[in-house]
Amino acid sequence: MSLPKPMMRGLLAKRLRFHLPLAFALSLFAAGIVKFGVTEPRKRAYEEFYKHYDPVKDFEEMREAGIFESVGPSKE
Amino acid sequence: MLASRALSLAGKRALSTAVCLRGGHGVAKIDSYALPTYIDERDTPLPDICYVQNLSPDQVSLKEKEKGSWAALSNEEKIALYHISFNQSYAEMTQGSAEWKTVCGGVFFFIGLTALVLFWQRKYVYGPVPHTFDPEYKAKELQRMLDMKVNQVQGLASKWDYENKQWKK
Repeated sequence: MSLPKPMMRGLLAKRLRFHLPLAFALSLFAAGIVKFGVTEPRKRAYEEFYKHYDPVKDFEEMREAGIFESVGPSKE
Repeated sequence: MLASRALSLAGKRALSTAVCLRGGHGVAKIDSYALPTYIDERDTPLPDICYVQNLSPDQVSLKEKEKGSWAALSNEEKIALYHISFNQSYAEMTQGSAEWKTVCGGVFFFIGLTALVLFWQRKYVYGPVPHTFDPEYKAKELQRMLDMKVNQVQGLASKWDYENKQWKK
């Protein structure tokens, strides 16, 4: 016949040569998105929150709302 | 074995293949599904048997010609020889079809049907939900969560404006 001989060898190597770098790139990209879209904003949010956080005031507010069992609202 | 010995006393003729066919004590009859079969599968490039088992006279003569020099075979003869050994070519057997559309359609249809069934079930089989689902009860639950300051950094309580007693804009 006049057909050319098909590729007999190196089929996996050929596939890996393309897909392996692509897989690495996509994984790094996904990790980058998570880092800069999720973890960094979260870290900043916590930093911001605790900059001016007063735990005692927080506790008093919760106490007044009456959610605790060990201590009730302050008696006026 | 003993039965065949006994039968040989009656006469060799008694030991006919009829005994075998009746599943007697002769040679076991091989059912067709136990014999090697031909299959078009991507993983088996060389099936157990040739596709065409009973060659026509043309094919017999072609097989004779194959014993000579292959350069003497024309392209059509080579293809005919291929089709004696194999049914579909790799290209034919691995080609896709539009079956996936039918499958997807069927899947979605039956999921929809199931939804109707579940609808009916929710209405006619299940009893009423607990009182904890009443809107007033749910409001009290939410108020308690806000009092507890649930997830006040990024979550629920962080979205509530405690001064103005409303959700943050």
